[in-house]
Amino acid sequence: MTQQAAPSAGELEILPVSQSGLKPKKPGSWFDRNAHILFPAPAVILMFVIVIFPIIYTIFMSVQQWNITSGSPPKFIGLDNYYKILFDDSRFREALIRTGELSLLAVTLQTVLGVSLALLFNREFWGRGILRTLAILPMVATPVAVSLIFVIMYHPTLGVMNYFVTSLGLPASRWTYDASTALPALAIVDTWQWTPLIMLIVLAGLATLSVEQFEAARIDGASRFQTFVYITLPQLRSVIIIAIVFRLIDSLKTFDIIFVMTGGGPGEASQTLNLYLYSQAFTYFDMGYASALVVIFFSIILGVTVLVMKLRRSQWQ
Amino acid sequence: MAVANQTNRSQNLARVRTGRSLKTAAFYLLVLVFMVPGVFIFFWMIGMSFKTQVENTAYPPVFIPASPTFDNYAAVFERINFFQITLNSLIIALGATSIGLAVGLPAAYAIVRYNQKKLGLIVLVARIIPAISFLIPWYMLFKSIGLLNTYIAIILTHVIITLPVVVWLMIGFFEDLPRELEEAGMIDGCSIFGGFWRIALPLVKPGTVATAILCLIFSWNNFIFSVILTGRDTKPLPVAVYSFLSYEEINWGPLAAAACLITLPVLILTLFLQKHIVTGMTTGAVKG
Repeated sequence: MTQQAAPSAGELEILPVSQSGLKPKKPGSWFDRNAHILFPAPAVILMFVIVIFPIIYTIFMSVQQWNITSGSPPKFIGLDNYYKILFDDSRFREALIRTGELSLLAVTLQTVLGVSLALLFNREFWGRGILRTLAILPMVATPVAVSLIFVIMYHPTLGVMNYFVTSLGLPASRWTYDASTALPALAIVDTWQWTPLIMLIVLAGLATLSVEQFEAARIDGASRFQTFVYITLPQLRSVIIIAIVFRLIDSLKTFDIIFVMTGGGPGEASQTLNLYLYSQAFTYFDMGYASALVVIFFSIILGVTVLVMKLRRSQWQ
Repeated sequence: MAVANQTNRSQNLARVRTGRSLKTAAFYLLVLVFMVPGVFIFFWMIGMSFKTQVENTAYPPVFIPASPTFDNYAAVFERINFFQITLNSLIIALGATSIGLAVGLPAAYAIVRYNQKKLGLIVLVARIIPAISFLIPWYMLFKSIGLLNTYIAIILTHVIITLPVVVWLMIGFFEDLPRELEEAGMIDGCSIFGGFWRIALPLVKPGTVATAILCLIFSWNNFIFSVILTGRDTKPLPVAVYSFLSYEEINWGPLAAAACLITLPVLILTLFLQKHIVTGMTTGAVKG
């Protein structure tokens, strides 16, 4: 490597301020000239192999009739799969409703709890650091492990959950072991695991709030509740909505805890879209039909994401 | 008169004090109400792993094991080849994280410095698409080229977890870096790659560490890809532990021990590195 002479002050002034991309002083090597292509190239190639190819493959397969156990090659059937799913598949419709129920219940619960926790942790108090660390542990815990523990705790006769519930004077429940309570019981697990994420996001948002408004409110004699409703909440709205979007996308895709805890059961009581799709693809190996389900499932998630983001933007205006 | 006034005042003061300590007590009680359920699950998981079968199925439940036993852990080691499976988990997580960083860091750098927003969007789509959508094509692809049950296949699929995390977190960290630093380096004769490698990368090291930790945790915890795409030789911990579960049999001790063995490494890592994890989990959320 040759040592370059430090540029004089005059040289520095002539150098143009580059607006688009970095330009080295000597536009020498081939690598530097093509840096804007070479830097992202590995990611683009990899994304093509593991993301774009599967998407194209799925769309292609979704218009075929193809069960890999039958041994016959895929047969083009146009939009028949889509037609059947949308108009002639009650299991799909039920799974769709269940997915909505589970997500709404879970995300509502964790938003309320997460925002409350964030407000608690926004104060200085003794033991705050260690308690906050303990509070975030659920979201890094392995979902399969968490599910196993909840399966045990939910056991109708020997589980500790019913011990607590009956100790409080409430009726015992059969939790995930009964069709009528399976979805709420699963929502509790999701809430337990992901409330900390909402707390963290809202805490980070609280840290950016301006102090002046709070002082002004205090001087004007606003009560703590009034301050919260009229000053804190409106400022936090965008942060809370982002947290909800994050959680909504992920909770629509919940798989691990349902698969491990109920396998979609009892009966089909907790068979969400994800689980229904899984059974079509890897229990019945009906790959064509499952691919069409994937396309629809993805459209739903994309739709929800765009909708909530739009909502957020319109509230800002 | 003066004396009465003084007692009155001190009474008032005492009232204010008790009022304040009552408020503090109420506050801590509230914190406790929120925190106890969060922590109880872990307490119960660890407790069960040290209890005997009799204690685990006792009703009312036994909260503290009378004589802690390691039998449950012994049972886990007996039933599965724990070290091989842990090694599998590590190989997959480290492999996917390394590839994610190697490919994602330059990509994030390019997205920020060359304003390549479209690439960023494609990566975001990968984050939104349900994981299960990838499984059918991958399964068919890997099956046809004989890669099912190999490390290569499962590591590649886990890159879909790590790459978006790397790109989206690192975009934030690179954005915080003033471009004048690299420009100054280039004036001194640095190449573009040199500017990235010797100037930008060392400066975003804390962010890279946070990102790597999150990638490792997400890959370690992943279940859905592994359950389809791995077999006897390559299955990671979550898949092995899932196979422990049978609804008919109430043999909870080994189940809890297995749950502890997968999740305790992550929890301990989090206790030491919580600052990084908090950064990683919230970056992007607040900025976006």
